[in-house]
Amino acid sequence: MNIEALIPLIVILLVIFIVGIWASRYVRTTDSFLQDYFLGGRSLGGFILAMTMTATYGSASSFIGGPGTAYNQGLGWVLLAMSQVVTGYFVLMVLGKKFAIVSRRYDAVTLVDFLRKRYNSKWVVFISAASIIIFLFSAMAAQWIGGARLIESLTGLSYIAALFIFTLSVLVYVAIGGFRAVALTDAVQGSIMFIGTLILLIAVIIAGGGVPAIISELQAENPNLITPFGADGSLTPAYVSSFWILVGVGVVALPQISVRAMSYNSSKAMHRAIIIGTIVVGFIMLNMHLVGVFARAVMPGVEIGDKVMPLVALKVMPGWLAGIVLSAPMAAIMSTVDSLLILVSSALVKDVYLNYIEPKASNQRIKRLSVAVTAVLGIIVLLMSLNPPDLIIWLNLFAFGGLEAAFIWPIIMGLYWKKGNKYGAISSMICGIVLYIIGDRFITQPFGMHPIVLPVIISFFVYVFVSLGTQEKVKAMS
Amino acid sequence: MKDDKRFKIANREALIGVGLAIFNFIWWFVFAYGMGDKDPSKYTYILGMPAWFFYSCVLGFVVMAVLVAIVVKFFFEDIPLDDGKEEEQ
Repeated sequence: MNIEALIPLIVILLVIFIVGIWASRYVRTTDSFLQDYFLGGRSLGGFILAMTMTATYGSASSFIGGPGTAYNQGLGWVLLAMSQVVTGYFVLMVLGKKFAIVSRRYDAVTLVDFLRKRYNSKWVVFISAASIIIFLFSAMAAQWIGGARLIESLTGLSYIAALFIFTLSVLVYVAIGGFRAVALTDAVQGSIMFIGTLILLIAVIIAGGGVPAIISELQAENPNLITPFGADGSLTPAYVSSFWILVGVGVVALPQISVRAMSYNSSKAMHRAIIIGTIVVGFIMLNMHLVGVFARAVMPGVEIGDKVMPLVALKVMPGWLAGIVLSAPMAAIMSTVDSLLILVSSALVKDVYLNYIEPKASNQRIKRLSVAVTAVLGIIVLLMSLNPPDLIIWLNLFAFGGLEAAFIWPIIMGLYWKKGNKYGAISSMICGIVLYIIGDRFITQPFGMHPIVLPVIISFFVYVFVSLGTQEKVKAMS
Repeated sequence: MKDDKRFKIANREALIGVGLAIFNFIWWFVFAYGMGDKDPSKYTYILGMPAWFFYSCVLGFVVMAVLVAIVVKFFFEDIPLDDGKEEEQ
């Protein structure tokens, strides 16, 4: 057990926990539990908005899986990761003020709320809630495993024990705090990530004897490591470019991200968040993945990619500093998990139960139900994570792709195209999800691209043609 | 109507976002594959990094951050997000 590294980590988690409790006071004192618990009362300022988006997005896969893959692939994987800079400005600019205005008008608290009011169809709601639940379970399991692995490698406890510790700490503070707690602690966690990755990068560069020395060592080992094409030349331009959709512009369709795009308090906050978010996302991604690549020169021969991050931190830094820096991935994982838990519980409680089962439920009852559902979800994910797969990054990317295939056109076209209707939305969602799952399971790289590309293109045309073809039908009904 | 004006601004800003993303992609792609697609022994280096990587990933990120800041400061308008109460009636 590495006590020296463990203490700072625990202290930081405690601080985050206290912020959560402090924020939960707001939940108890305001009238609208729903607005507050799920949305923080649309009160986020620019800095917190930028940080909560970054923290939600920068998950276990970018902090544990990303550097690990970069370790194996070299600079080509950093190039791929830099496609994520676009998320910093694209989400807020494209959903933009129109989304903020319309969701206020609809009184929408979740993405599904927005879709329900826009399309006025319970099938849109059911399909949305179902795809959120299915795909986010996969994403949550990835975070759970990542968190447990980190605790495991630091404490020397068994994986199972680490998993229980992780679950318990996450559940307690999500259940008491809700969205505002998550958003606030995200700001703390985002800042830790920002500084932590920088310290780690500097320490790795020093340990490796400077950037030129590291690069020439990598080149001596395998010249492909310093090309854009990956260690074995498998990263083709088409494949790498298709990540611009998966982890770049497609991110607008992730419910955990888009819900944040309706939670800011003014257009000034949004402007600030765009600038801060772009800098923070780009900075963290660049540093984090460079750490992975450079670690190869400092510490060759690590077999399991997911262990590169904790191992290199413990190697190049004194224990206490490693503990602080490692709280960055821990923070990333926790905040992602929290947001996902809130999101799935809101899909069940708010979107399905409140709309279609018991519309007149009392505030007290909603509150109890939300907390209970969140707890049950946490336990289910724990059970799913008991037998972890070897690589978490693909679990997470699978979830990203599925949600994007389902939601991208119903959101974007629903906002900007008046003629879009529920038939277009339903058929494009079904088509997107089905094609994505087929592509992912049976054809690994259609036309040399990631399986997300085709479903996104095809479901666009489905949305447009079905909407146009049903114009008369909709008119006749109204 | 007040709405139309606000939505017009919102639409324009969304298009700016798309434009920035396209510019970002071209910058990233051209430097990475334009300069990186040759034998590694012929690479030139900047700050110890291969030139393709420096221009595409490091400088590209700095350029985007500056560009985004300029665009937001000078082209994004401050508008109210809530509907006026009288409009809701």
